[in-house]
Amino acid sequence: MINKIVSSHLEALEQIPNGASVIVGGFGDAGIPFELLASLQKMGTKDLTIISNNAGTRENGIAGLIKNGQVRKIICSHPRPPLSDVFANAFRAGQVELECMPQGTLAERLRAAGAGLGPFFTPTGYGTRVAEGKEARVVDGVGYILEQPLRGDFALVKAHLGDRWGNLTYRWAARNFNPVMCTAAKNTIAQVDKIVELGELHPEHVMTPGIFVKSIVLAGAGNV
Amino acid sequence: MSSITSLNRAQIAKLVAQTLPDGSYVNLGIGMPTLVADYLPEDREIILHSENGILGMGRTAIDHEIDYDIINASRTPIILLEGASITEHTNSFAMMRGGHLDYSILGGFQVAVNGDLANWITDAPDAIAAIGGAMDLAVGAKNVIVMLDHTTRDGKPKLLTTCTYPLTGIKVVNWVYTDLAVIEVKDNAFHVHAMVDGLSLEELQAKTEGKLVADTPPKKIALDENQQPYYKN
Repeated sequence: MINKIVSSHLEALEQIPNGASVIVGGFGDAGIPFELLASLQKMGTKDLTIISNNAGTRENGIAGLIKNGQVRKIICSHPRPPLSDVFANAFRAGQVELECMPQGTLAERLRAAGAGLGPFFTPTGYGTRVAEGKEARVVDGVGYILEQPLRGDFALVKAHLGDRWGNLTYRWAARNFNPVMCTAAKNTIAQVDKIVELGELHPEHVMTPGIFVKSIVLAGAGNV
Repeated sequence: MSSITSLNRAQIAKLVAQTLPDGSYVNLGIGMPTLVADYLPEDREIILHSENGILGMGRTAIDHEIDYDIINASRTPIILLEGASITEHTNSFAMMRGGHLDYSILGGFQVAVNGDLANWITDAPDAIAAIGGAMDLAVGAKNVIVMLDHTTRDGKPKLLTTCTYPLTGIKVVNWVYTDLAVIEVKDNAFHVHAMVDGLSLEELQAKTEGKLVADTPPKKIALDENQQPYYKN
């Protein structure tokens, strides 16, 4: 019998070793697995490479991990939204590295990894600083640069409903990066608002099929 | 010396909004472009896209409407129109990069005569790279409109022969709306379609580094008694 439901954040997160690359869902505050990140902060797992759209805001989520000295590198598209001083201070102090790329390139690099594709050509960034060091090619008059798939050891995502097979749904625009991130990690851990019985999610409404998810834990399953 | 009134941000936004046709799909960038949403003509259905996966974005949410899972690219809670859809990120950026949007309206630091755009980093000593969706929006849309002040605060031109800041996209800009003029960017020149009333082409050229061209006499942009801009001739 398949049962991907784990009963605590500790059980879900203790698989993550020091030095792991961790993909984190969300855009703005929507779809960020804040509860799992708070537990990861308490566990103190170190030398993490975080792959996400942003680099955290205020002092929680990814910013909490940075402030706690757990993050070695951030790979993202926009590290400087309002209230992102924790990242900025750590970056200027040389405590955390940054790799910044266009948002659509971040999404598509994750997609390529999850879909088993190799490098791909995109017009985004052609002729700009983003293209430096990358193969460029002009096809039918349009310039492209070669981008690599981007994989993570783990993905932490926030979903709304989940069942024991790992099927997920998301609320509104909290979906954002979460579905593609589920596909791009070797091991995806989803926090959900509610766990439902198998069959309760209509097959047409499942947004992430369970094959892409290793474990499911309630957001409120208790911090570490 | 003629007395001229430059347009404020709301007046620029109104001129941009008036150009958007019924049925168009439009992305409004962060900053000045977000004001365009306030001036969309009510007799047209214009569908706004937000990079976080929303198509059919409505106005800012108030009171009981606020749901922090329904936000725009600036993280502000908004409402969804009837007919709206939500998708995940790769699909949302397929709409942008794949040429499905009719208009991308962006802010800018600099625009060059060949259509190059710089709007993501100034290279100030303490600047931290932050790209977001800007480069995808610059390459993908059928029409790219840039809204910006004609000059910097200390009077230096922002419409240049060559951008000096790092580029967001090359040869991507189609139209520029400034506080002084409406300009089409093509054939390696700034083609002036309209200017604020009282300004001469020579005076505008003095504030513009790139070459200005007037294929036909530029229209005059005047303000009515409610301070709303209109084309005089």
